[in-house]
Amino acid sequence: MALKHVNAVVVGAGAGGGIVAKELAAAGLSVVLLERGKWYTPFDDRKDDLRNQRTTVLGAAFGPDDERNPRVFVDKQGREHLVRPSDGDYNNNAACVGGGTLSYGAMAWRFMEKDFRMRSTYGTVEGSTLDDWPISYQDLEPYYEKAEWEIGVSGDDSNNIFKATRKRPLPMPPVAPNLEYQILRPAAQRLGLHPFDIPMLRNSVPYNGRAACMRCRWCVGFACEVNAKNGTQNTAIPAALATGNCELRTECIVKEILTDAQGRVKGVAYFDSKPRLYEQTADLVVVSGSANESARLLLNSKSRAFPDGIGNRYDWVGRNLQGHAYSGAVGLFDFECYDDLGPGAGIAICDFNHGNQGLIGGGMLANEFIRLPYQFVGWRAPNMPRWGPEHKQFMRQRYRRSMGIMGPVQEMPVFESRVQVDAKVKDCWGIPVVRLSGHRHRNDPIVGKFLASKAELWLKEAGAITTWTDVPGTDLSGGQHQAGTCRMGDDPQTSVVDKYCRVHDVDNLYVVDGSVHVNNGGFNPVLTIMAIAYHASDHLVKSWKGSHGAS
Amino acid sequence: MVMAAATGSGVGCSGARTPWRFLTVDEARTLAALCDQIIPPDEDPGAAWAGVVNYIDRQLCGPLDHLRRSYRQGIAAVNQSSRMLYGSAFAELAAARQVDLLTLMEQGRAPAEAWKQIASAEFFDLLVEQTMQGFYGDPRHGGNREGTSWKMLGVPYPPIRGRLHFDVSKQ
Repeated sequence: MALKHVNAVVVGAGAGGGIVAKELAAAGLSVVLLERGKWYTPFDDRKDDLRNQRTTVLGAAFGPDDERNPRVFVDKQGREHLVRPSDGDYNNNAACVGGGTLSYGAMAWRFMEKDFRMRSTYGTVEGSTLDDWPISYQDLEPYYEKAEWEIGVSGDDSNNIFKATRKRPLPMPPVAPNLEYQILRPAAQRLGLHPFDIPMLRNSVPYNGRAACMRCRWCVGFACEVNAKNGTQNTAIPAALATGNCELRTECIVKEILTDAQGRVKGVAYFDSKPRLYEQTADLVVVSGSANESARLLLNSKSRAFPDGIGNRYDWVGRNLQGHAYSGAVGLFDFECYDDLGPGAGIAICDFNHGNQGLIGGGMLANEFIRLPYQFVGWRAPNMPRWGPEHKQFMRQRYRRSMGIMGPVQEMPVFESRVQVDAKVKDCWGIPVVRLSGHRHRNDPIVGKFLASKAELWLKEAGAITTWTDVPGTDLSGGQHQAGTCRMGDDPQTSVVDKYCRVHDVDNLYVVDGSVHVNNGGFNPVLTIMAIAYHASDHLVKSWKGSHGAS
Repeated sequence: MVMAAATGSGVGCSGARTPWRFLTVDEARTLAALCDQIIPPDEDPGAAWAGVVNYIDRQLCGPLDHLRRSYRQGIAAVNQSSRMLYGSAFAELAAARQVDLLTLMEQGRAPAEAWKQIASAEFFDLLVEQTMQGFYGDPRHGGNREGTSWKMLGVPYPPIRGRLHFDVSKQ
């Protein structure tokens, strides 16, 4: 079924797609924004500790559903597993309007200058495709600022002496410190570290017509019931719709990108919720499905010009899948550290992102979000039985007397860590599914151990009577911070998109999400995804010369 | 729910009269004894009082319906092991014997003859996971009766801090 031609189709209403849709619509382009999930409101949030986007033992609250969306996961031994979105190996993010930004923890980090020049900083790393970005921090700085002000960030990084220069302060002050913050801050200062208030996409005061955070304990993994957590679902996407130029279609599953005889893109084919198959033609297509699903869509879009998937002439689509090797430590205390003031995470240091003697990269360290009781079950000390009276006593004694400090270790991109489309398994719509395989680089646990040892020192200085570290191994990493599968670069033979996120060889196809990251920083990546979306949109609008394909 | 239990997985209800959705009366009794060793009663209630069996039974007819076969086979294997080693069903054993058998299961050393359909360590892992969920998770899912574990941990009430004294209209 054919539909009215539009200027742009954006696939995926998350951090990247929501912003591109808004920027294009505001510039006067007609836009269709397709989203496979639903549009939840704050009232749909049931504060369910067993079924949310972080703890998924009874399902992923914000999609995709377990019944219709399988994937294939290949473990390090080469065994294939059919996995569901609520399984960890699925490496799920979310499927809903707002994408991950509806339910994230909302840390709003700018990457550092060196994060864009990793190869120049650290040289060639064996077994890794580590490289420099084709853009610098300076190129993105105005767009980081735009994201901070338009989407809304609170916090105060003025004490972060390691941060890259910013022209404008954050628009909102930090939320008031909780008890953990008050314990950890002087401890960090005694150690000569430089603690500061984490920038967060969360209203600390009323902003953009929405309320301030009410400090509840249900934050990461949940939608905010007072709408104080800022994602594209309550900022960019409503703004896009308000222009009158953007139509949002939810529960629409894009099957493939359609090309013409010249190899240019002419639109997409998608199923609606019935499911009926539609063709939406457009002058340009923007793919913003996140690192797993964007790569899948490109690989599933085969034509004579692109027999191995569009943009995949040199076999780079789906490569270099990365997330973060979260490492850190837990400390037990003989005094209470719990005051029930959400979101919990509030204090961070960037002392160990770069410049670590003999190591490649690093990561920031921050205190953890509030642990709900079931989540605390996973915080078991080594040697502690996982059942029986001793375990129960541990839970009772330590739930309110424990703290965690963790950080996202910057991962070294690995060419063999990848998204493919599976040759046999299809989803409920008959579309070949994501097939994940590969492993982390051996450097990641080394840096993880280093970062965890620093977290442990910080906790001890704060008075911990017992501490232990938590460092992941080299299992494949994607998940909520998934990135890297459609790398940005100047050389079409070693990257998928150019510095404006346009696919090499296809002048009207763009990928705008974490897929384009060359590396993923030692930080939560969302603000960088947003800044890249503003940067790419700016270029798109400036180079827009009107409709090519309107009939 | 009942329809799903009867038709969903090929492991249907036993046909015996039972107040449970999926479990038989005997299975539920065994499961209560198992859960009560994983989180035993002390000065605070244990898993059985908190309704963990109800939680598991309910989820086996919901999001965890793919685990029905594992539970049916696992509970049967527990009782078979118990009879082989100690001469009576698990629920009839003294507490120390129950702990002994659970420890054997955890270490994968329970009598192999009883565990041909499911590995004892695998079933033990399931039991621990779901007992923790049912005991420490939200009461809406059928466990954590009266929020007993949240009281034990000192989780402040109400669950949604801020909701009662938060008024958006005043900002």
